[in-house]
Amino acid sequence: MGKTLAEKVWVAHVVRAAEGEPDLLFVDLHLVHEVTSPQAFEGLRLAGRRVRRPDLTLATEDHNVPTLDIDKPIADPVSRTQVETLRRNAEEFGVRLYSLGDVEQGIVHVVGPQLGLTQPGMTIVCGDSHTSTHGAFGAIAFGIGTSEVEHVLATQTLRQSRPRTMAVTVDGSLPDGVTAKDLVLTLIAHTGTGGGQGYVVEYRGQAIEELSMEARMTVCNMSIEWGAKAGLVAPDQTTFDYLEGRPHAPTGADWESAVEHWSSLATDPDASFDKEITLDAAEMTPFVTWGTNPGQGVPLSGSVPEPADIDDAGDRAAAEKALQYMALEAGTPMREVAIDTVFVGSCTNGRIEDLRAAAAVVRGRKVADDTRLLVVPGSVRVRLEAEAEGLDIVFKDAGGEWRGAGCSMCLGMNPDQLQPGERSASTSNRNFEGRQGRGGRTHLVSPLVAAATAVTGRLSSPADLTPRD
Amino acid sequence: MESFTTHTGTVLPLRRSNVDTDQIIPAVYLKRVTRTGFEDGLFATWRADPDFVFNKSEYDGASVLVAGPDFGTGSSREHAVWALQDAGFTVVLSSRFADIFRGNSGKAGLLAAEVERSLIEELWSVCEADPTTQVTVDLEAREVRFGDVVASFDIDDYTRWRLLEGLDDIGLTLSHDADIAGFESRRPSWMPSVV
Repeated sequence: MGKTLAEKVWVAHVVRAAEGEPDLLFVDLHLVHEVTSPQAFEGLRLAGRRVRRPDLTLATEDHNVPTLDIDKPIADPVSRTQVETLRRNAEEFGVRLYSLGDVEQGIVHVVGPQLGLTQPGMTIVCGDSHTSTHGAFGAIAFGIGTSEVEHVLATQTLRQSRPRTMAVTVDGSLPDGVTAKDLVLTLIAHTGTGGGQGYVVEYRGQAIEELSMEARMTVCNMSIEWGAKAGLVAPDQTTFDYLEGRPHAPTGADWESAVEHWSSLATDPDASFDKEITLDAAEMTPFVTWGTNPGQGVPLSGSVPEPADIDDAGDRAAAEKALQYMALEAGTPMREVAIDTVFVGSCTNGRIEDLRAAAAVVRGRKVADDTRLLVVPGSVRVRLEAEAEGLDIVFKDAGGEWRGAGCSMCLGMNPDQLQPGERSASTSNRNFEGRQGRGGRTHLVSPLVAAATAVTGRLSSPADLTPRD
Repeated sequence: MESFTTHTGTVLPLRRSNVDTDQIIPAVYLKRVTRTGFEDGLFATWRADPDFVFNKSEYDGASVLVAGPDFGTGSSREHAVWALQDAGFTVVLSSRFADIFRGNSGKAGLLAAEVERSLIEELWSVCEADPTTQVTVDLEAREVRFGDVVASFDIDDYTRWRLLEGLDDIGLTLSHDADIAGFESRRPSWMPSVV
């Protein structure tokens, strides 16, 4: 019987397999950032261990770095200590680090792909759950905790039990104005936050094949939000075209060898998955969340649900708590929900295509009076590319704020936070209570919905806007 | 890591599902570069509410957290496990754990034991009625015991063995150094390096 993409990549990385033990897997690329690594380096130091493969280890500063005044020392002393600790550890252990101010600095999951370090068939880990982003290239990529970070630093391997496999097939084409973000939010509302638990998921079907690499990254990024171990897409011509010519992509004869290998990775026609889900892209519409987990979402054209209509007692109680936290009344049309802050950015939607999509909506329009628009590029490269295209001017002319690169308001570890009671429409990945600042209320949206919402001050899609003069 | 065989203690009944790691410890508490001291961030937002179960004196000293399904979803922060340990918890019982949280627990020595949802409901009722109820979690027998109740729990064999023996994962893996070196020598030369 044939093998799935995930099985092929997994098997090719097994260093040691033994009965009753998890497989020992080789890690091709280990990404590191300031928040989940200090205790791991300290563990190495205490045990007198070294980093086994500095050549396969890359660090960036992203989670708690400021997006304003980035040429000055970090104002928050605790954040500064954490970033300085990473700098010291990188130097002591010989790990390459892209620091604040470096042209390659940015969110770890934006930096890896844009450098061409993320390639098909690889295993990639990072002490960050959104490592699943890299699966868009046909890599097995997943988040790990700090103990595992230390394990990978010391051994370049991880002990992992082989996950089950799932196919999510999205047939048909996405309608105009419906994006990868809407697709994945629709999926998570369908499965719930635990639906993917224990599975490596392959996204396939016409709608996935038609997505750009950046859009595939958005889908794979949110695999963790429905509990999946990892999410991946078979490498194809779109993948190869994205990679060719990037700084770390193979060249010449190596490129030919690589493409030949990558082309062999697709799931065999006679392979089978442990579970399959099929969705129809043609039925999808702009999608937004109303609650406090990413599975609590509805179409933008819908309304806040009535908890009493929910059958499962646990889900019903969760919905009641969520509505209370979000200060929403059941039955309120989503389009009537007023938004204080619009955040465009994050490893989910902070790449150049996302900024272009948002800018195209905002261009020649103004941000609503009582609404704030914050645009945070995913990396310095993305910022520079956007500025070369004049997108920064578009956002600033509309009344938006244009910032430096980092995770920013996605998780509010830096000064970019919501105030208590403040409501956001955010292109990020998590609407958990207080995620974007204590007491903050988050609605997850696509870059198109974010931009239209900034203009109207209420949850909106570009189709709701009055045509420009 | 210390070995774990059996633990007996009182329960904190947390009647919530989908307890994500941002709730267990918000991101602003993750800036410490040490391995301990994270108890101040545990459930920090919810603790601001005096009625939150964690603030009730009858549950002081609880070491077994009993929570609803999908515990530990979201961020990979191992700080969530450390915060629970730093606050005195040794065991978490839920009917479903997020993968990364469960993995982190096994590495750090917190027992994340998966039990039937009905057992969670029963523990909530029993321990709310009598917060002094002693619950024993026996890793060797894979059993949860309280009053007359004896129920089994799920944990994978490998994690159970490591916890029982108190083994250091890195030391175990480094004993297979020759296998790793052999694998490294067979990798295609065109695979990327960061330098």
